[in-house]
Amino acid sequence: MYATNYHRPKSLAEAAELARSADAKYLSGGMTLIPAMKTRLAAPSDVIDLTHIAELKGVTVSGRSVTIGAATTHFDVANNAELKRVCPAICHLAAHIGDPHVRHRGTIGGSISNNDPAADYPSAMLALDAIIVTDRREIAAQDFFTGLFETALEDGEIVKAVRFDAPEKAGYAKFPNPASRYAMTGVFVARGGDGVKVAVTGAGDNGVFRATDIEAALARGFDPAALQGVTIPADGMMSDLHASSEYRANLVVVMAKRAVAAALA
Amino acid sequence: MGMEGIGARVARKEDKRFITGAGRYTDDMVVPGMKHAAFVRSPHAHADITGIDVAAARRMPGVIGVLTGRELKTDGIGNLICGWMIHSKDGTPMKMGAWSPLAVDRVRYVGDAVAIVVADTKAQARDAAEAVEVSYAERPAVTQALDALKPGAPQLHPEAEGNLIFDWEIGDSKAADAAIAKAAHVTKVHIVNNRLVPNAMEPRAALGVYDKAEDHYTCWTTSQNPHVARLVMSAFYNVAPENKLRVIAPDVGGGFGSKIYIYPEEIVCLWASKKTGVPVKWVADRTESFLTDAHGRDHVSEVQMAFDADNRMIGLKVDTVANLGAYMSLFSSCVPTYLYATLLSGQYAIPAIHCNVRTVYTNTAPVDAYRGAGRPEATYLLERTVETAARELGVSPADLRRKNFVTQFPYQTPVIMNYDAGDYAASLDAAMKAADYAGFPARKAAAKAKGKLRGIGMSCYIEACGIAPSAAVGSLGAGVGLWESAEVRVNAVGTIEVLTGSHSHGQGHETTFAQLVAGRLGVPIDSVSIIHGDTDKVQMGMGTYGSRSGAVGMSAIAKALDKVEAKARKIAAHLMEADEADVVVENGALKVAGTDKSVPWFQVALAAYTAHNLPAGMEPGLKETSFYDPSNFTFPAGCYICEVEIDPDTGLTHILQFVAADDFGNIINPMIVEGQVHGGIAQGVGQALLEGAIYNEDGQLLTASYMDYTMPRADDLPSFVVSTSNTPCPGNPLGIKGCGEAGAIGSPPAVMNAITDAIGDNGLTMPATPQKVWAAIRSAAKH
Amino acid sequence: MSDISLVVNGRNVSASVEDRTLLVNFLREHLGLTGTHVGCDTSQCGACVVHVDGRSVKSCTMLAAQADGAAVLTIEGLADGATLHPVQAAFREHHGLQCGFCTPGMIMAATDMIRRHPEGLDEKTVRAELEGNICRCTGYHNIVKAILAAAQAMAGGAAKAA
Repeated sequence: MYATNYHRPKSLAEAAELARSADAKYLSGGMTLIPAMKTRLAAPSDVIDLTHIAELKGVTVSGRSVTIGAATTHFDVANNAELKRVCPAICHLAAHIGDPHVRHRGTIGGSISNNDPAADYPSAMLALDAIIVTDRREIAAQDFFTGLFETALEDGEIVKAVRFDAPEKAGYAKFPNPASRYAMTGVFVARGGDGVKVAVTGAGDNGVFRATDIEAALARGFDPAALQGVTIPADGMMSDLHASSEYRANLVVVMAKRAVAAALA
Repeated sequence: MGMEGIGARVARKEDKRFITGAGRYTDDMVVPGMKHAAFVRSPHAHADITGIDVAAARRMPGVIGVLTGRELKTDGIGNLICGWMIHSKDGTPMKMGAWSPLAVDRVRYVGDAVAIVVADTKAQARDAAEAVEVSYAERPAVTQALDALKPGAPQLHPEAEGNLIFDWEIGDSKAADAAIAKAAHVTKVHIVNNRLVPNAMEPRAALGVYDKAEDHYTCWTTSQNPHVARLVMSAFYNVAPENKLRVIAPDVGGGFGSKIYIYPEEIVCLWASKKTGVPVKWVADRTESFLTDAHGRDHVSEVQMAFDADNRMIGLKVDTVANLGAYMSLFSSCVPTYLYATLLSGQYAIPAIHCNVRTVYTNTAPVDAYRGAGRPEATYLLERTVETAARELGVSPADLRRKNFVTQFPYQTPVIMNYDAGDYAASLDAAMKAADYAGFPARKAAAKAKGKLRGIGMSCYIEACGIAPSAAVGSLGAGVGLWESAEVRVNAVGTIEVLTGSHSHGQGHETTFAQLVAGRLGVPIDSVSIIHGDTDKVQMGMGTYGSRSGAVGMSAIAKALDKVEAKARKIAAHLMEADEADVVVENGALKVAGTDKSVPWFQVALAAYTAHNLPAGMEPGLKETSFYDPSNFTFPAGCYICEVEIDPDTGLTHILQFVAADDFGNIINPMIVEGQVHGGIAQGVGQALLEGAIYNEDGQLLTASYMDYTMPRADDLPSFVVSTSNTPCPGNPLGIKGCGEAGAIGSPPAVMNAITDAIGDNGLTMPATPQKVWAAIRSAAKH
Repeated sequence: MSDISLVVNGRNVSASVEDRTLLVNFLREHLGLTGTHVGCDTSQCGACVVHVDGRSVKSCTMLAAQADGAAVLTIEGLADGATLHPVQAAFREHHGLQCGFCTPGMIMAATDMIRRHPEGLDEKTVRAELEGNICRCTGYHNIVKAILAAAQAMAGGAAKAA
């Protein structure tokens, strides 16, 4: 790791002020940033720890409206009883990110701000039509995730929370990379008032995406059987050591079936 | 006492420190004035070094020294060597390319060390290492063994034309050809044994300390054989004479072969300590380990197995190409030859066997012994071939094996080995019973009903352990003898220290060796301490590898105990005024058989040291040494059965059960033996399902971290069903065969035979990843 | 440089550290608590697991400065004096370790796992929960056995297990 300066602001305003420094980076759980710094792939002059800002933490469930503070850990999302009642799928997703120790540190805000193409949360945000609340504005998930490790966040902008309405049914299924255990393909399905939404992480060569063919099939019948015979093209899928684009295209459909089955269970 | 002796499940003595965080590994060592090293390494697989500019690095904060290969050569530090001479079939010696601890003119694999930076902190050393400017002129690289042999391939070493290190053979080629010519059936198989990275959890490390006043060096290092390290560093690398070099291998966090070898880093840290005047510590990070630890396996073979009309094996012909990487590591040459081709008879009576082996250089990390070393390659080749033959012949795999088992011992194979004892049918029966082999068809049908594919596969392995009779291995090219030493020191009050040349890095020697002593003398196990891993404390020894510490290391202790007992009996006879022949050692005392005369053990020890009343002419003291040289290899064998269920939608393989039935000869501590089998199976399953080192065409290692190299995790594996049915080894005083490698040797073919049983054999290679299995299922469906 | 104060194994500790210092390096190099190990660079092996404010974390993926004000428990602080923690005792009794290098992280992970599952553990859960801890020696067989035994012993009263 290169030399850096650590800061621990107590307020959003203080954090934003610190971020004016040229190569500063926000640090939340640090589950991606610190490994990148250790291997010298990231070299921020300053790291600004957001986890001590009280307003960024916690889960609020009001009716079916859910707000999750950006600095809420995966563990706390996974184990929130109220959230489990209205949207167990997001708890299930959070309970399967990384490993127990990672879940104790990693946060939802950090995950979506980093937008790793193999991260789990972006698929849920997209399928749930979540609103990403920042210190400057509110951004719809479909506008937020703009490419591999790319988001609509401007320099210094801080994610405060995510907000969504719990759908009637939702499910998440992922096939992990055998080595890293990141999502090699993860599919989040949600059926709500405005139809079925299906978002895929880990598979697309431009990051998280909506699988419209699968959505169309599930709109005709929200059942794994509705996906029998549905295929999606390998074009546009990532290809690497562990999974060819053809294999990933297959996994998308298989995981979609399992996510639907989970939603119905 | 019976609870602590041979055969007892004694909880390990060494555990106390490990479970409380008090283990002492090399990276835990701190000496006054200690500084930290980082290595500058080649980012290219193959390049000429056209210049090294260290000026900027020398000016970096905290930097004490930056040293390069030229300075190392100027100081006369020698090249790394391979210590086992193999001659090609034309009589020419193997072609050993020069391997300088720090590259001088050329780098030959990504990670090749070029310079060392010593600084106040590890971070500063890393910072400065990045500032060393090395100019490279890149050369084309070659990473696959078969490609390296092609005309026009990039050439690695001027010494080795066509990248060929040696072209060696064993067995009778004409007899094998004749068998194939007259065979009723010939099974032909193309076998790939995937390249693995050992991945001991403790990364390699070295702490070199030069004492100017004494002109003496101390090296703490992650070694399986500190004495061999000292010998090689003295005799070949010119670091220091043996009497001026102390090598200490403290707690070592796993080895699996990868810590046998002497690597550039420990040599360079010692030399750099003298050059900079400070103690120098280096600890590999995991990616450095992936790049530079000796890898394992990486064979490609063509196999022909001939059967007569009665399905008896009548001949075997094998042509193997083995990738040894960029340089010849310390024992690299013996792995694909005498540790491999000599086991190609397996458990079978095959009258004619021939194997040809070509070894080649490529622009990859050096390849050497990894758990099993040659024997897993032989077993995989043979057991995949036998399984394929059974399918082709339409007979039960178990019956085909059973029909061809060696049943009379001793049995001389056509490939050197002389099997001393075994009961292969017993292991096969035990494994089939434990696996409910007979019930498999019903389970397969039930799985099919829920859309899953089930398969069952077996593997009957044999290995040669207890490495090894010195004269025999010497005649085969070994540069060292493979005996082992022990000194048993009885203290004046009867407590005992055993100094052993074996080294424990997880095997539990501090417990099993103490069990032997406690059992023999009838003293409490806590009164016995095992000392190992320090060349200043322990007499010359050969270290731990090849499942040899029980069969060879403990035999040395047994021999030393014989001498101790003999002297103690003399003293006791003198004290009790009895006939020496009537004195027996029993329950911590020396007794006159058939009487109530008895002297406690401690009193005999005390008498030996007070020397007030010893037999006439006897020297005081009670301490004996033995150097034990085995008379033969030992031959552990067994049968493994694996049952898998495959999800055809994803290609994911679940291992539902894994059964191991082994014959290890006599067993000292069943709990520890079972643990060795569990760990070995996990590594074998890892090879079959998960692990593989993959270089791209440019020679970059794509699997250089746990992000891409799949380590077996807890949820990849089931609990194992292990058992032993033991025929004592006639070749050593304890009847031990060895158990350290069996799991890794026997398991890969069992897994692959199970998978191909489930989905058909489409040339599926290890590791059978979900992607590959899914593609194989799909391709089978298309055809 | 950052001035940090934290409680490590019940003892107040203050130090001035480079901001880039990882918690694991602070524990090992500044405090001499070398029981916590480093086995990888990518936050996967779990040899470095300690507890921070009562939760298991990978101390190689946290800056020492992030732990300012926190309570840290390492393997060295787990036993109650000479009395082993039930998980430590179970690892020894069931041969849940060989080379010992992953063991401190395994034990710290196991104690956290047992705490989070007061309802009890089964083999499948234990194996899934060990996703963040890699062992190369044991094939996990005896680690799983040890954790299940410890969980049962602790449910039945720590005194019995110790």
